[in-house]
Amino acid sequence: MMEEENKNNSEENIEDKFSISTENLSVYFNEKPAIKDINLKVRNKSVTAIIGPSGCGKSTYLRSLNMMHELTPTATVYGSIKINNIDIQEFGVINLRKKVGMVFQKPNPFPTLSIYDNVISGLVYTGRHYKKDLDEKVERCLTASGLWNEVKDRLKVSAMTLSGGQQQRLCIARTIAVNPDIILMDEPTSALDPISTTKIEELVYNLKKEYTIIIVTHNMQQAARVSDHTAFFYLGRLVEYSKTRTIFTNPKEKLTEEYVTGKFG
Amino acid sequence: MTQNEIFISDKTLKYRKIKSNLVLTFCVIASILTVLPLLYIFFYTTASGFSHLSLDFLIQMPKPVGEEGGGMANAIVGTLILIGLASVIGIPVGILSGIYVAEYSGGIFSNIVKFVTDVLSGTPSIIIGIFAYTVIVLTTGSFSALSGGFALGIIMIPTVTRITEEMLKLVPQSIREASLALGISRWRTTLNIVLKTALPGITTGILLAIARIAGETAPLLFTSFGNQFFSLALNEPIASLPIQIYNYAKSPYTDWHQQAWAGAMVLVMLVFVINLIVRFFTKNKFSSEL
Amino acid sequence: MFINSYPSRSQFGLSFIFSQDWDPVKDKFGALAFIYGTIVSSIIALIISLPISLGVAIFLSEMAGKFLKTTVGFLVEILAAIPSIIFGFWGLFVLVPFMRNSVQPFLEKTLGFIPLFSGANIGTGMLTAGIILAIMITPIISAISRDVIKAIPKSQREAAYALGATRWEAIRMALLNAKSGILGATVLGFGRAVGETMAVTMVIGNRAQISAGLFDPAYSMASVIANEFAEASKTIHVSSLIEVGLLLFVVTFIINSLARILIYSATKKYDAK
Repeated sequence: MMEEENKNNSEENIEDKFSISTENLSVYFNEKPAIKDINLKVRNKSVTAIIGPSGCGKSTYLRSLNMMHELTPTATVYGSIKINNIDIQEFGVINLRKKVGMVFQKPNPFPTLSIYDNVISGLVYTGRHYKKDLDEKVERCLTASGLWNEVKDRLKVSAMTLSGGQQQRLCIARTIAVNPDIILMDEPTSALDPISTTKIEELVYNLKKEYTIIIVTHNMQQAARVSDHTAFFYLGRLVEYSKTRTIFTNPKEKLTEEYVTGKFG
Repeated sequence: MTQNEIFISDKTLKYRKIKSNLVLTFCVIASILTVLPLLYIFFYTTASGFSHLSLDFLIQMPKPVGEEGGGMANAIVGTLILIGLASVIGIPVGILSGIYVAEYSGGIFSNIVKFVTDVLSGTPSIIIGIFAYTVIVLTTGSFSALSGGFALGIIMIPTVTRITEEMLKLVPQSIREASLALGISRWRTTLNIVLKTALPGITTGILLAIARIAGETAPLLFTSFGNQFFSLALNEPIASLPIQIYNYAKSPYTDWHQQAWAGAMVLVMLVFVINLIVRFFTKNKFSSEL
Repeated sequence: MFINSYPSRSQFGLSFIFSQDWDPVKDKFGALAFIYGTIVSSIIALIISLPISLGVAIFLSEMAGKFLKTTVGFLVEILAAIPSIIFGFWGLFVLVPFMRNSVQPFLEKTLGFIPLFSGANIGTGMLTAGIILAIMITPIISAISRDVIKAIPKSQREAAYALGATRWEAIRMALLNAKSGILGATVLGFGRAVGETMAVTMVIGNRAQISAGLFDPAYSMASVIANEFAEASKTIHVSSLIEVGLLLFVVTFIINSLARILIYSATKKYDAK
């Protein structure tokens, strides 16, 4: 599925299955534009990084992909977002979020639930679970997020006893338990120490075999390490979107080049 | 500055300093003056009540005047029943309105709810008693425990609402976002996740509300009325601790006065203990969040 | 659910008109004594309580060390939580004799030339009621005042000290800023005093009369309802009592709304920062 050689211009219109794409996506907060006219097609089962200086709209873009902006009364969204060429409006918010999971910057496990219950929370509270499968599912998800060995003996303990890095991996386990196709990650390691960061980057690399991952990061090196494609945002606009290697070694736009060489941050 | 000027400013400085110290001393005295009645009341009640408190008191029924002994068992049970009745109304309504105001605020309805809650919390309890009277006593034709519980329940509502709202607001937004991102519906998020997180705080609020209504007398004067006999019937008048204390205190009989002191002590202890527990738990909560 | 309080008002409303029609003379006179009793006792309470409440508020927000702050703060909270009949009970058995035997004679001797300090020396009366109310509303006023004072950013006080102010002067500057909040707290306390029933009933003497002497017994709106409602049988009696209740409700409503507006505007000032 990942024929790297075939991609020279990444704005290919080969509609791979389960890819998510946006057309002329704009988001306004109180009439002020945060992002404008973003046209982006994300490849299936790959890691796409979104980079850019603070406030350039990366998170805003990400959060529109799973309709998080409905929580903000001052936000208005224009343009279309499609998954498999189906407009997400037709999915309905709840179904959309079952297909598109999100991991947040600050790890946010549910404080009153145990590790075990946290992992299955997405299933239990949406009525999608069979009692017998749960144990197996928990093991599978925790293993996939690299946490199983560390917590297998204390699954019923409160999630808050874990360290920051472990909590974030728990959140990832929780997200994949719901079996999404796409995982959005909003600066998932910026609140973590370097060791946890490395562990999570490894995790992302392994997860892309089964999931499409879009990761927002302000850390360029991380983007370079982890992603297959990178999109560079600046002041609310998509400046360039290519294979990661291209962005970092041979960017088309001058702005991109200035950013990745650290001329401004 | 000349020599004279410095001298003069020294003098006013002294004057200002004295004034400052005087005022500060006053503040300390004021604090003592405030704490004093409390301690006085507390210890006086305890002392007077303790000597007349006995197991009998808690278990036995009131005896006719003149006879030694007897207790306030019916009043204690009555108060418990009334608290139970009140909670049936007060807790659900209070929590639901608290949830509504905290999570779905912004509409006209939530502003109405907020407004009514405020009005209700400032209304004297006797007025709420009148309301309960018109709604239940007039329609059923008799004083009853039900009407008393109803009145107390209404008094509970604003306290529970306010604290539910505050506790829900303390739950960080990131928890809600995590839940919604998993595809959990809005109301499920509120009920299962957010509410559960805020539950310890809400429980303390409920305890405080209970402490408050346990001591309420005025609204019960013409709703549950009071009863010298033991009664569990909800549609008949029922005794309660505050009413019993009131009746005994008003009476001319000394041994009834003594009983009243014992009752007062029980009431004060109850309120004190509940407040202590609440304080203890809120302190704990904060230290664990650090 | 909450809107149900309004149907009761319209029911009151009927009684209102009803009783006005039937016995205006007697009713009007009666109500006046109660209104007088309620307001005067509350004003006395306010006069006594305000300086003390402020003192406590200042002590807790500016002066006390951590230990004192928590202990005294806790004690003040408990004071607020004590049920009013306990205050009434204690008042009847402790404060009233004290007033009768020590305080009122003393006041009569020293300040008796002022008509205020005169009247039948039974012990129960307007002054006693005022004192009990003062004890009861102090926790409220001081708690809110303390919060309002705390809300003022430290920078204000530091600026005052930098200009060479004494401790009290710096605090006074902070107080001026907190003025509307403290005013709101006071109004709220006043509202509580107006609506207070049991404690007042037990110490006010329950005599429907208007008298200048503070030692004389009087009657408050809440007290008359408390005393007579259960046994009132004639419809006129009941409905006029309900009318008193309506008046009380309206008065407390206005007072509380005023208080909330004041407190809201006080805290809003600092939210903007």
